[in-house]
Amino acid sequence: MFDLDRWREIFQSINKNKLRSVMSGFTVAFAILLFTLLFGVANGLGNFFKGAFADDAQNSMFVRVWKTSKPYKGLQTGRRVQLKNADYDFVADEYESKIEYQSARIYKNFSIKYKSEASNYNIRAVNPDHQFLEKTIIDEGRYLNERDLKEKSKVIVIGRLVKKDLFGEKPALGKRVNVNGSSFLIIGVFSDEGGDNEERMAYMPVTTAQMMYGNNDYISQINLGYNPNLSTDAAIAFGNKMERDLRKRMDIHPDDQSALSVRNMAEANKFISTVMLALFFIITFIGSGTLIAGIIGISNIMIFVIKERTKEFGIRKALGAKPGSIVAMVVQESVLITTIAGYIGLSLGTYILSLIGNSLEEDYFIKDPSVSPGIVIGATVVLIFSGLIAGYLPAKRAANIKPIVALRAD
Amino acid sequence: MIKIEKLHKSYPIGKDSLHVLKGIDLHIKEGEFVSIMGSSGSGKSTLLNIVGLLDGHDEGNYFLNGQLIKDLNEKKAAILRNKFLGFVFQSFNLISYKTALENVALPLYYKGMKRKERLVIALEYLEKVGLKDWANHLPNELSGGQKQRVAIARALVTKPKVVLADEPTGALDSTTTDNVMDLLRDINNEGMTVFVITHEEEVAEQTKRIVRLKDGVIISDEYTKANKTV
Repeated sequence: MFDLDRWREIFQSINKNKLRSVMSGFTVAFAILLFTLLFGVANGLGNFFKGAFADDAQNSMFVRVWKTSKPYKGLQTGRRVQLKNADYDFVADEYESKIEYQSARIYKNFSIKYKSEASNYNIRAVNPDHQFLEKTIIDEGRYLNERDLKEKSKVIVIGRLVKKDLFGEKPALGKRVNVNGSSFLIIGVFSDEGGDNEERMAYMPVTTAQMMYGNNDYISQINLGYNPNLSTDAAIAFGNKMERDLRKRMDIHPDDQSALSVRNMAEANKFISTVMLALFFIITFIGSGTLIAGIIGISNIMIFVIKERTKEFGIRKALGAKPGSIVAMVVQESVLITTIAGYIGLSLGTYILSLIGNSLEEDYFIKDPSVSPGIVIGATVVLIFSGLIAGYLPAKRAANIKPIVALRAD
Repeated sequence: MIKIEKLHKSYPIGKDSLHVLKGIDLHIKEGEFVSIMGSSGSGKSTLLNIVGLLDGHDEGNYFLNGQLIKDLNEKKAAILRNKFLGFVFQSFNLISYKTALENVALPLYYKGMKRKERLVIALEYLEKVGLKDWANHLPNELSGGQKQRVAIARALVTKPKVVLADEPTGALDSTTTDNVMDLLRDINNEGMTVFVITHEEEVAEQTKRIVRLKDGVIISDEYTKANKTV
């Protein structure tokens, strides 16, 4: 019930006892400020971890090969391991149900020339699925398709920055460029959230590259996206099994990481979720500790305030105030102060977090620190509730002191 | 108006208890101007506290306005105090952060009266005690006599049946004492029952009936010359 007169009493009491009100408000504001900052920074850390892997699909796996580091079956150390189309097909057949996307990858570095502009670029020869594995965003035209691969077409998809280098603001789509001496048709322009390096490169069909540069069936790497329905643990098991199978198939020592390894995002995901869980527990512990400290602080101040006002309550009761009206007055005042102070702390904290923004990303791994509306509302409810308790318990006791005792207090 | 029969009251002090009132019988009719005299420790303040419903009693009967006072909870006591009683204390007991006017209006707030209405009435009563010009001053800007007049205005503002004054002049000099006593007498002349506690003879002599208390019992109860002259 809205009682204008009671609010008037409360505002007068707050106004005439500024130091007291500010003091109790400060405790709460400070606790909430710390709470907000803490949560925001923790969120920032979380955002950084998530963002660090945003470039590639969350479910990606890479099969990489290099030189053997262990002798095996009479074969020597230092043997160069080579993935071939047969290995690619083996993976596709063997683990079909566990794979969502699959692409081969061959790394090249060629000069790309258009009219008088020319420069060297990294080129990846890939399959169409690669678009989803690398989260390539098509700005213009299209990506590679199965027909390009089948016909070994001389087509190329260039990065946003390649287009900028060679064409400036002019259209590039449908133009022909000279790649290492051969003419290629530009069928698409892409961008990528992975940064400038990812946008200063080009994609061509893997079959075209195999035909033109060596006429073999070699591939540098196999990229996979595991079936998203797999649990993290199942995905890790899948990666380990594939690693073992491929080593066996290619006569590599079962423990030879150098010769062939599978980099599995599932492991990184598991690591991240473990770290996030630990972070969550730490933050919850410290955050609730801070809040509790704030609540205890305001309770202490309220006890002191009510002791100080015992005589006033005695006078009010002698004049006809019911105990309930005194309790209600104190509780309302306490809730008002905690709510306002809490909101000041909250806004200040949110403001500081917005000032920090991404400025700490490089050095402290904190990206876009912020608090969600849910946390804000939750903290406010906790505050109002704590203001209620902090005011109610001592006020209830004070209101039930006999007026004669209360009047004697000083 | 006030009827007390065989009233007993003790206070626990550690394991022992201090027997303060030992069987008081007192009957005060409507419109009386009574003073309770006694040295400190005689039980006079305890008597006033019980009459004022600020404290309970152990044994005996107490009727206020014909109503038996028994097993009152704080809420009921508060309602009765607001309705029937007005208090004037030795130490004034004004609320320090409220102006004179707001202090006087406070009992009306607890009566549930609207703000505009109660400020009008409060100002009337301040005028009655001669402090209309001081309405917007805080208590610490007033002299002792002025504070007590504000307190009297506050006690009267609800038109109570009885005004209870606990050493109303205890903190005042002789001139202001006379002012305050004149004011109380005027109130009594308007028909209100006034109940004063004092240890000063001069003050008691200005009332119409003096009840003397010693060690928790009434030793004398007589009408004064002031009563006879009226």
